[in-house]
Amino acid sequence: MATLQGSTLEAIQHSQAQLREEWTASLETNGATRNIKEQVLAQETQEFLQLLVDGLRAGGGSHLAGSEWEALRRFLEKLSASRAQLGHDSHQAAFFIFALKGPLFGLLQAHYSSEPARLAEQLWLVSELLDGMGMHTIRAFQKTREEVIRRQQEELLELSTPVVKLWDGVLALPLIGTLDSQRSQTVMESLLQRIVDTGSEIAIIDITGVPTVDTLVAQHLLKTVTAIRLMGADCIISGVRPQIAQTIVHLGLDLGSLTTKASLADALKLALARLGCDISKQG
Amino acid sequence: MERIPILQMGEFLLVTIQVDMHDQLALTLQEDLTERISSTSARGVLIDISALDMVDSFIGRMIASISGLSRILDAETMVVGMQPAVAITLVELGLTLPGVSTALNVERGMQVLRQRVSQK
Repeated sequence: MATLQGSTLEAIQHSQAQLREEWTASLETNGATRNIKEQVLAQETQEFLQLLVDGLRAGGGSHLAGSEWEALRRFLEKLSASRAQLGHDSHQAAFFIFALKGPLFGLLQAHYSSEPARLAEQLWLVSELLDGMGMHTIRAFQKTREEVIRRQQEELLELSTPVVKLWDGVLALPLIGTLDSQRSQTVMESLLQRIVDTGSEIAIIDITGVPTVDTLVAQHLLKTVTAIRLMGADCIISGVRPQIAQTIVHLGLDLGSLTTKASLADALKLALARLGCDISKQG
Repeated sequence: MERIPILQMGEFLLVTIQVDMHDQLALTLQEDLTERISSTSARGVLIDISALDMVDSFIGRMIASISGLSRILDAETMVVGMQPAVAITLVELGLTLPGVSTALNVERGMQVLRQRVSQK
């Protein structure tokens, strides 16, 4: 199998400064340096070339999976993570690698000008290596982005389940959006915790903002209500819209153990009555 | 052998579970409690499980059966101070403890217990 020649390595090592200059110019003309400080870029290009030379010297082949490329792989992962944080797209992140192709090929062409067969072989190997690096960068970039999305999803989950205190001993949880297993778990946990923290005896779950109630959602609601009852508090479900009431009846769901009210106001009135509070208009 | 203490407060019995429940301890408690209810002719039993942070299906069933047998001996049972994690676990295990009365804390539980006993 063809391997990267020592002379290729030497050529790269000798003209590192020139390579870097051309590379940076290529990056700049293609807009892959947006929002990146000149100093940082210079440091990045230098570190990358150094790692490339080190990897080649350690006998790294054209496959990036080898242990010789460990340091370089880690560098690329860090690089794409920083690009993702700067708001660059995957194209711009990968272009950091691909922009090196032009200058590097030019260098090899000049170096092997007298041996066309050797030139083709070396070009192929270098190209394969760079492609692998580009792919690795994109993959790492995607991973970082997915991480960001996952974190935002979690934050959204937390944000979308506020437990509010309506009265001394009365908590309300306005649910908005679809209730899936994961969300109902978070809802249940935060509501139960608040019940313990505040010593509230009545919790009102308002489902005005829940678009549909199917068997699964009903089951989640029942579970939450049972858990609340086990802790020694009472639960009222409010905001049951007429269509939802129809769906529940048509599906034949048994909500027998639940207290349901049409609106949050009705539920609050019932809660206050249970607490023994009396509300009347003045005059 | 370790036991869970059963305290008498007037016509009520107070059980506070402060240690991790294991099966033998639960069975002993069940036996002791029935003995005490019949010997003191208590009208109500209050079980405080606020220190219990882990349950399994056995302990869950034991809570239900204690409640059932106290009712036969004509004593109201109140389970108070269940932790959120415990409540979620019991629900996930399908143990909804239908006949068991619950309250948030000992104070509330005692209040409800007094009301119920005085109504009888």
